[in-house]
Amino acid sequence: MEIIMSVLAGILFMTGVYNLLQKQLLRIVIGTALVSHGAHLTILTMGKLKDGAPPILTEGVENYTDPLPQALILTSIVISFGVTSLLLVLAYRASKINHTDNMDQLRGNDYE
Amino acid sequence: MSNLAVLPIALPFLAGIIVAFFHKKLVAARIFALIATVIHLAVTIMILLQVNGNGSYVLELGNWKAPYGIVLVADPLSALLVMTTAIIGVAAVIYAPKSLSKIQEEFYFYSFFFLLISGVSGAFLTGDLFNLFVFFEVLLMASYGLIVLGNGKAQLRESLKYILINLFSSMLFVTTIAFLYSVVGTVNMAQAAERVGEVEQQGILTTIAILLFFVFATKAAVFPLYYWLPNSYTVPNAVVSALFGALLTKVGVYSILRTFTLIFNHEVPLTHTLFIYLAIFTMIFGVIGALSTNNVKLIIAYNIIPAVGFMLMGIGIFTETAIAGSIYYLVHDMIIKAVLFLLIGAIIYAAGTSDLNKMGGMIHHFPVLGWMFFLSTLVLAGIPPFSGFIGKLLLIQGGLEQEEILVVLAALISSLGILFSMIRIFIKGFWGEPDIMKIPEQKPSMSLMVWPIGLLLTLSVVLGVGAEWFYPSIESIAQYVMNPEIYIESVLKE
Repeated sequence: MEIIMSVLAGILFMTGVYNLLQKQLLRIVIGTALVSHGAHLTILTMGKLKDGAPPILTEGVENYTDPLPQALILTSIVISFGVTSLLLVLAYRASKINHTDNMDQLRGNDYE
Repeated sequence: MSNLAVLPIALPFLAGIIVAFFHKKLVAARIFALIATVIHLAVTIMILLQVNGNGSYVLELGNWKAPYGIVLVADPLSALLVMTTAIIGVAAVIYAPKSLSKIQEEFYFYSFFFLLISGVSGAFLTGDLFNLFVFFEVLLMASYGLIVLGNGKAQLRESLKYILINLFSSMLFVTTIAFLYSVVGTVNMAQAAERVGEVEQQGILTTIAILLFFVFATKAAVFPLYYWLPNSYTVPNAVVSALFGALLTKVGVYSILRTFTLIFNHEVPLTHTLFIYLAIFTMIFGVIGALSTNNVKLIIAYNIIPAVGFMLMGIGIFTETAIAGSIYYLVHDMIIKAVLFLLIGAIIYAAGTSDLNKMGGMIHHFPVLGWMFFLSTLVLAGIPPFSGFIGKLLLIQGGLEQEEILVVLAALISSLGILFSMIRIFIKGFWGEPDIMKIPEQKPSMSLMVWPIGLLLTLSVVLGVGAEWFYPSIESIAQYVMNPEIYIESVLKE
């Protein structure tokens, strides 16, 4: 199971980076979202995937799920959700004001 | 145990929320911001004094014992940096009203500012790697707000790139933490350090260390990851640039210093030698950038990069003298970069342009600005007896002791380059023909801009002239940093 998840995370990273390297702004935003999904799946996988075991820390319980990666993921999801929504608004604004969503034309060396 | 350690994070955080309620009442907001930053400064000074007297504060949040809960550690290093942050905060708040337009100030400048300070303080104080990521995000979110403040064409264009590079490196940070967690089973820095020490940092851990370095190097603008910095630090308002230049890259440098002295200090020949070579390139390319442009603000932005190189050099050499040099340089650079960005903001405000070719003879109209700029040039370039000199002296002394001749040479040459790039602004802008510039009949009143700059500059000069006085405490911090057992023991209390 861990292997499959790792491969999935790898595919997400791959497609994410491919999209990040595009010229169109919206594709780049989607790329960041894919990369962050890959990162989140990596965290989940790194905490070992178990089925049907509760996150309990008491003596005598042998089989338990590690709760920490889930807590980390939750934090990370919230953060990347916030950043992505900000990025979408900003990308919209930037393309409206600069009259283009092509990163090649957004290079620029003028500082107003 | 004391709750004092959480105040540098909680105070600005609360202040940022409160000030959002009356963001359109500028007079009230300004007074409130000033009072809040002064209180914040007082608290941080108190923490520094207490920590120097009684040893580190370790605060276990929610009373969860150390390796399980999140810890905040106010040790001598982080207390010093938090205090420096607070000083810069006070200066920025005094400077802001004059520099920002009314609409920029109204649209939550003070909220973002306080959240930025809160995030930076948190990043300095936390003793938990994942929590470090969270505070990185807090300060980055605030900086995203600050960098687009003003809604200009170039601003939107550059902030987009700034957010993208930071978002990507943050995601790598999360992934790296996941890897580290799967290997050592903890995100607590002290416990991770202990466990990495037990297995003597085998192959996979060194890989993780380099990945972590990549993340921090992106934030700190180390060669070859500095390309995002110059443009995005040039486009926002002067006071925002000052905050970025003084605080953000330094958080990255601090994180490198912390992780590679505390956790990953077992493979010095591999990791730290890499730092030395990267430091050489960082210094040289930064200086070349600074010499390549006529935009005064861009020159200052490029000057951040060689400074990062100097600090990285100290971490790479990894002796007590060199680390002391790095820490000294870190504090010196935080203050002087704030001074320079604020000064350049005042100069652009006075001259009405940021193009060096269109300036000239400003010394006749603004003598105070001119001499302040000259003095800060000397401080930055490291002319004795100013503070840049002391830091560089320690770094070069450490380098010579370890016979790292190449990096010492690069440091000396790039210092000359820094001096040249700065004095060029002085010669062309302040001397030269006054006719090419249109100075308005009524000179704008600059006193509110000059005061905070003067304050910081005085502090910077004192830091250099009174080196005899400060050096023992810097040396003891370096000693502390080089002996990570003290940190581990104070957190895990074994």
